Amino acid sequence: MIRAVIVMNDQGKPRLVKFYDYQPVEKQQELIRTIYGVLCSRAENLSNFIQADSIFGPDARLVYKTYATLYFVFIFDSSENELAMLDLVQVFVEILDKCFSNVCELDIVFNFNKVHTILDEIILGGQVLETSSSEVVKAVEEISKLDRASNGSMLVPKSISGWTSR
Amino acid sequence: MSSQGGFGQSKEFLDLVKSIGEARSKAEEDRIVLREVETLKRRIAEPEIPKRKLKEYILRLVYVEMLGHDASFGYIHAVKMTHDESLLLKRTGYLAVTLFLNEDHDLIILIVNTIQKDLKSDNYLVVCAALNAVCKLINEETIPAVLPQVVELLGHPKEAVRKKAVMALHRFYQRSSSSVTHLISNFRKKLCDNDPGVMGATLCPLFDLITIDVNSYKDLVVSFVNILKQVAERRLPKSYDYHQMPAPFIQIKLLKILSVLGNGDKQASEQMYTVLGDSMRKCDSTSNIGNAVLYECICCVSSLHPNPKLIESAADAISKFLKSDSHNLKYMGIDALGRLIKISPEIAEKHQLAVIDCLEDPDDTLKRKTFELLYKMTKSSNVEVIVDRMIDYMISINDNHYKTEIASRCVELGEQFAPSNQWFIQTMNKVFEHAGDLVNIKVAHNLMRLIAEGFGEDDDTADSQLRSSAVESYLRIIGEPKLPSAFLQVICWVLGEYGTADGRYSPSYITGKLCDVAEAHSSDDMVKAYAVTALMKIYSFEIAAGRKVEMLPECQSLIEEVSASHSTDLQQRAYELQAVIGLNAHAVGNIMPLDASCEDIEIDKSLSFLDNYVQQALEKGAQPYIPESERSGVLNISNFRSQDQHEASIHALRFEAYELPKPSLPSRTTPVTLASSTELVPVPEPSYPREVHQAASVPSLTDTGSSDLKLRLDGVQKKWGRSTYSSAPSTSNSDSHRTGNGATPDVVASVNSKAREVSYASRRSQVEISPEKQKLAASLFGGTTKPEKKQSSSGHKVSKTNSHATDKSHGAKGAISSETHAVSTTTLQPPPDLLDLGEPIITSNAPSVDPFKQLEGLLDLTQDTSVVNSGAAGATKAPDIMSLYAEMPTSGQSDSVANPLSSDIYDATLISGLSNATNRTSHGGNTIMQPTQLSKGPNPKGSLEKDALVRQLGVNPSSQNPNLFKDLLG
Repeated sequence: MIRAVIVMNDQGKPRLVKFYDYQPVEKQQELIRTIYGVLCSRAENLSNFIQADSIFGPDARLVYKTYATLYFVFIFDSSENELAMLDLVQVFVEILDKCFSNVCELDIVFNFNKVHTILDEIILGGQVLETSSSEVVKAVEEISKLDRASNGSMLVPKSISGWTSR
Repeated sequence: MSSQGGFGQSKEFLDLVKSIGEARSKAEEDRIVLREVETLKRRIAEPEIPKRKLKEYILRLVYVEMLGHDASFGYIHAVKMTHDESLLLKRTGYLAVTLFLNEDHDLIILIVNTIQKDLKSDNYLVVCAALNAVCKLINEETIPAVLPQVVELLGHPKEAVRKKAVMALHRFYQRSSSSVTHLISNFRKKLCDNDPGVMGATLCPLFDLITIDVNSYKDLVVSFVNILKQVAERRLPKSYDYHQMPAPFIQIKLLKILSVLGNGDKQASEQMYTVLGDSMRKCDSTSNIGNAVLYECICCVSSLHPNPKLIESAADAISKFLKSDSHNLKYMGIDALGRLIKISPEIAEKHQLAVIDCLEDPDDTLKRKTFELLYKMTKSSNVEVIVDRMIDYMISINDNHYKTEIASRCVELGEQFAPSNQWFIQTMNKVFEHAGDLVNIKVAHNLMRLIAEGFGEDDDTADSQLRSSAVESYLRIIGEPKLPSAFLQVICWVLGEYGTADGRYSPSYITGKLCDVAEAHSSDDMVKAYAVTALMKIYSFEIAAGRKVEMLPECQSLIEEVSASHSTDLQQRAYELQAVIGLNAHAVGNIMPLDASCEDIEIDKSLSFLDNYVQQALEKGAQPYIPESERSGVLNISNFRSQDQHEASIHALRFEAYELPKPSLPSRTTPVTLASSTELVPVPEPSYPREVHQAASVPSLTDTGSSDLKLRLDGVQKKWGRSTYSSAPSTSNSDSHRTGNGATPDVVASVNSKAREVSYASRRSQVEISPEKQKLAASLFGGTTKPEKKQSSSGHKVSKTNSHATDKSHGAKGAISSETHAVSTTTLQPPPDLLDLGEPIITSNAPSVDPFKQLEGLLDLTQDTSVVNSGAAGATKAPDIMSLYAEMPTSGQSDSVANPLSSDIYDATLISGLSNATNRTSHGGNTIMQPTQLSKGPNPKGSLEKDALVRQLGVNPSSQNPNLFKDLLG
């Protein structure tokens, strides 16, 4: 089971925090700080895995991957395969990239609700729900289509044309 | 529209994010966020806010809470928003509540109704949103409210809904298996769903179910095998392919399930061999995901009933992992090796050198994994090397959590496999010295017990040798600063018990040392208590042997100081000591017999030896004892004749037997027995002794026992050991009962006799044969065998031989020659220079001998300036930006102000960012170029537009904190 998904930047600022077991806000912050401390202390070219039992209790592992200024961190237990989790991070980021075309940290900051939507299509209740990126993108697109229809306003940032033509 | 920025959020929100990004300290950030909280509090309570605004407020609340601030004032608004008709608002509401609330929150009850309604909605997106919420928010009590709908949704025409319904049901099962047991068959049905996504999702609950109860699912073996076969044959839709692998995530889940089903089941295993072999062969070992599947195959093979052919190919795959330059793969290789050696121990030998490399790797994760492997393969033949290594590593790390784990593993391995007691004691000394405060106190007691009991055989000379060497090693260590308390306790106990036993050290020397310890750790009452008791033992041994005791002046002052201590425990020990010294040799010998810590202590529960005494007292007119139960609440103080100690003890003490203490609980000495039996058991925390000792010592040492009927004795009973309560009444007629100065009777033989048989010396000589690493390898993997052959099989590793290997002894005649021989073999095979990072290899498809080496090349990003932000910044600009990034951590701010245009760089795409020279994506060497990237690449136009927008919005990244906008794209 996946325990948590955390996206934070290299300053330690959380950009997306999702715990699949409820954690009180203070605890969340403490965990994020601890994880950030651990990630910072890791040199480059090491493995992407950390045994996180001292942070998350027995059996917890952590996989992280850096994309530009962002750390993508998945925390899970022994019922998942570390390498596969690493690829799931990749899947997640690829989907983000598809949905935001050329995703950057700004996109994630300002549209974290949409990022949550995407994540919810991939992982539900701590289990991997869907791993096909095209399926996820399809689902997310349908949601945003409806959102847009129901709201009439822009959810997606890429509607830059609307902005510039104003 | 005017308030809305291009990111779908208002200018206010942009400003908030921006100012937080620019905050220079946590305090400043907190101030900003608190201001935002105040604003939101005010705004959100305003009547008639437009819904769109409200939605934004809710999202801002989520943001605030993500930063660690309390947003609970807005929870109710989020809950209200879930009731909204509009899907957008509803989804926002659901998102917020799933993030804000836990399943037991009071507000959940307000949502359940909405969820029920939404689950019935015609719009499948509404249903999906509700199912998402169900997974997070429904607890055991509310399951019945939504269960029927969820089950119904398993048959929903939309696969997205079915998938989520399966997950919701799974979640219910996790929360409360009893409420859905009758529905478990649904999971089996969903396995045959037409949609591969639903099937894949169903594997999650099935995996859980099968793990819990394998036997009920054996019939599914065939189905799973078939599914895996079809997946491997690419029967699933193309969209499930990932990096040219057919549905790898589903394969992995299937393999996990098969390994559970086939574990220890020959028949089931046989059904799986073929498909497993096929899967293994088809794995693309050049991609990360291919290796993930391969690793899962190995796990599966090592869990099934052994099949030689599969084991062989698993071993091959492992050796590929271990030889890889990717730390990730090495890690997986070590893990896989740990699994495979369970069924095929001999393959470890083949990889010994790779394992040793991993042990010396700078990557801590890998090191820890390797220690785990070593822990699994420890036997009596290699325990010394492994434990030595573990201890070295334990000393080198600061992480207390892991330190504790390693320390306890050392102890465990030591106890299980120790080749000799001497080794065990030395090892324990090291463990205590460096992690004494972290290990369980029981370990200290085991060690004391071991020293006290010796070999457990009738070999007294060996025993006394053991003790002498323990004493000697402790005298050497004792002066060192910062020894952990538990270790000092052991030291004091051993010195007291055996310090003078072999006559090598004079009592005054030992007592002097003990005083030093007590003085140096004057704040640690526990250590002082041990030291005082040890002093007492040494003096009693002297008195019993008929020698005259001369107390060192420092001892005297110590005793004086301690007898005025705030700790009654210490006080008591001091008084005991003074009392014992005043007695004659015979009495002392009875109280404190030499080397009797292991003697069983006989307990006369009925205190029959006092019968005479009681009889006499009664004849003299004393009142008979009235059990507490029959006593009235009033104290009869007139009973108490305080002038006579003997009398006092009759009247003041409770004579019914104290409750029998649990053996592991600490026993307490009483002043009268002066038994020093306490050390082997945990000494109670300082809060207890006060009570204990009032109860015990008042009647005998002071003459004011009248109060002790009032004492609360319940705590005392728990704390008192056997010797105490039996001997407490025996007090003044002290020689009636002999108490050993020993410990808990529940003595356990501590050292594995099998381990002991192994000759220490013989192993040693084996170890010397080859160079150090070879030696280490041999000692780890038990090989006296063919060092040269091993050498050549993986020679390039040996060339890196380093001095970490434990170099225990030199000088065996044969050793030198074979050593030189081995070295020459090595030089013939220099390390293949695959790891040349200077070569910029960009595509991962280029044919190469070793794909991982090649990937490593990917990481050499300095050579590769091609992709990055080429569109956004002019070609001339690029180097500037590069340098800017390089300097970012230190002087980035001024630089970026100077280059306002540098914001272009922030818009390079995330994935192309992989190749940026200064970014940090190079972890692990698995950063394969993605198909997406190849097709898309950076989108200069979009980037420019985005950047323009950003600047228009006034959040120009070139202002205070460029890092905020450095963003995903490097």
